[in-house]
Amino acid sequence: MNFDYTFHWRPVMRKLPDLLEASLTTLQISVLSMIIGITFGLILAILRMNGPKPLAWIATGWVELARNTPALFQLFFFSFGLGAFGLHLTPYFIVLAGLTFNNAGYLAENFRGGFQAVPETQMRAARSLGMTAWQSYTRIVIPQVFRIVYHPMTNQLVWAVLMSSLAMIVGFRELAGETQALAFKTFRIFEYFAVTALIYYVMVKVILGLSRLIAWRMFRY
Amino acid sequence: MIEIKELHKYFGALHVLKGIDLNVQKGEVLSIIGASGSGKSTLLYCTNGLEAIQKGEVIVDGVSVHSKGTDLNKLRTKMGMVFQQWNSFPHLTALENVALAPKIVKGKSKSEAREIARQQLEHVGLGDKIDNYPSALSGGQQQRLAIARALAMEPEYMLFDEATSALDPELVGEVLDTMRLLAEEGMTMICVTHEMGFARDVSDRVAFFHQGVMEEIGPPQQIFGEPTSEHTAKFLANVR
Ligand SMILES: Nc1ncnc2c1ncn2[C@@H]1O[C@H](COP(=O)(O)OP(=O)(O)O)[C@@H](O)[C@H]1O
Ligand SMILES: [Mg+2]
Repeated sequence: MNFDYTFHWRPVMRKLPDLLEASLTTLQISVLSMIIGITFGLILAILRMNGPKPLAWIATGWVELARNTPALFQLFFFSFGLGAFGLHLTPYFIVLAGLTFNNAGYLAENFRGGFQAVPETQMRAARSLGMTAWQSYTRIVIPQVFRIVYHPMTNQLVWAVLMSSLAMIVGFRELAGETQALAFKTFRIFEYFAVTALIYYVMVKVILGLSRLIAWRMFRY
Repeated sequence: MIEIKELHKYFGALHVLKGIDLNVQKGEVLSIIGASGSGKSTLLYCTNGLEAIQKGEVIVDGVSVHSKGTDLNKLRTKMGMVFQQWNSFPHLTALENVALAPKIVKGKSKSEAREIARQQLEHVGLGDKIDNYPSALSGGQQQRLAIARALAMEPEYMLFDEATSALDPELVGEVLDTMRLLAEEGMTMICVTHEMGFARDVSDRVAFFHQGVMEEIGPPQQIFGEPTSEHTAKFLANVR
């Protein structure tokens, strides 16, 4: 076998600012999909536990689909799926919707587990002190749930960052999409994807490091 | 004064309290004894409105607990409750555990609430633990923390639901001592308990519950010395 590919890193390095800018897009869309996903995830978890039947079923269906079908297909649903019904989202919203759908499904399960892990007696004790249901939830139950789901939530953010690379398939130019566009223009395909993989790696490590730092500051018990 | 009249409580088809009539006067210490499942905890939960009732009435200082317009949250501030399971709030320090309700329920300022909390922790002998999280406290200390937390609301009544049952034997004493202290200070108390020594020494009256019925009630000497109900006699024979 003869291996005569020579590496050329310079073209990639020249485009590094573009890649870094695209990685900000990746972070931005991942974080936004987490924020919306957390909100929906909480709602889904509460609906599944206490919602009226039809809503609980819809919530269960959402969670099941998000967790048990390929993330890529979920993205396709928001592009080609909705497109078949004449609803055409921009690539940005396709990716945001796909990521959010997936995040919410996974987080809903984490939240549900979190709520179940806080003993009912905590609620009872809070109410016996004269706290309202709202005060008991926000001051006593949810802070404990938050701690339980904190690390799963971090993992989900990492997953969202990595999953957002599927965006290149629907033509959105976050980090992976940008990389693909540049790579195929210059034919330095290996070099581009190697550098981009490294950027993903660093992003994930920074997220994990920050998360650990925040946890250390926040959870003193 | 707590007045319980003709109280009936069902869980579905299960008839758990079968017409309870009971008055507790200010300053009185009442102990409730009886086998597990006889409805003692349920009676306490009905008294502060944590459980709904199906028939009868509970009146606390003239306010009907289960009437529609009753502000239960306000009512509960005058009835502290300590549970069998230690349920200190694990994410808060001892001081924060005690200061939280005075602040958010009674609207005390932060510094006032902390001062009240410090006093009550001192009161139950946890003055040196104010910055500890519950995970660093023993079961007995957590129960005393729960007592301090309830006292910080300046309640008129304290309800104890087997406050020592889940504790290791060597930790029971410190919690009973704290309860004794409250009784001496004149607190009105209803204590569901398996500690017969405590019931005998501290209470003004002892009530015996059997299968949802208050079989008898009387001064401790009478209940422990010459019970009129054969169920009481049998129960006491077994716990001794
Ligand atoms: N939330 C509930 N739902 C259904 N049944 C209950 C509930 N709480 C208590 N019970 C039942 O009511 C009866 C009385 O319980 P409880 O008041 O806890 O008794 P005790 O405190 O004397 O041991 C028991 O048979 C118990 O199983
Ligand atoms: Mg009980």
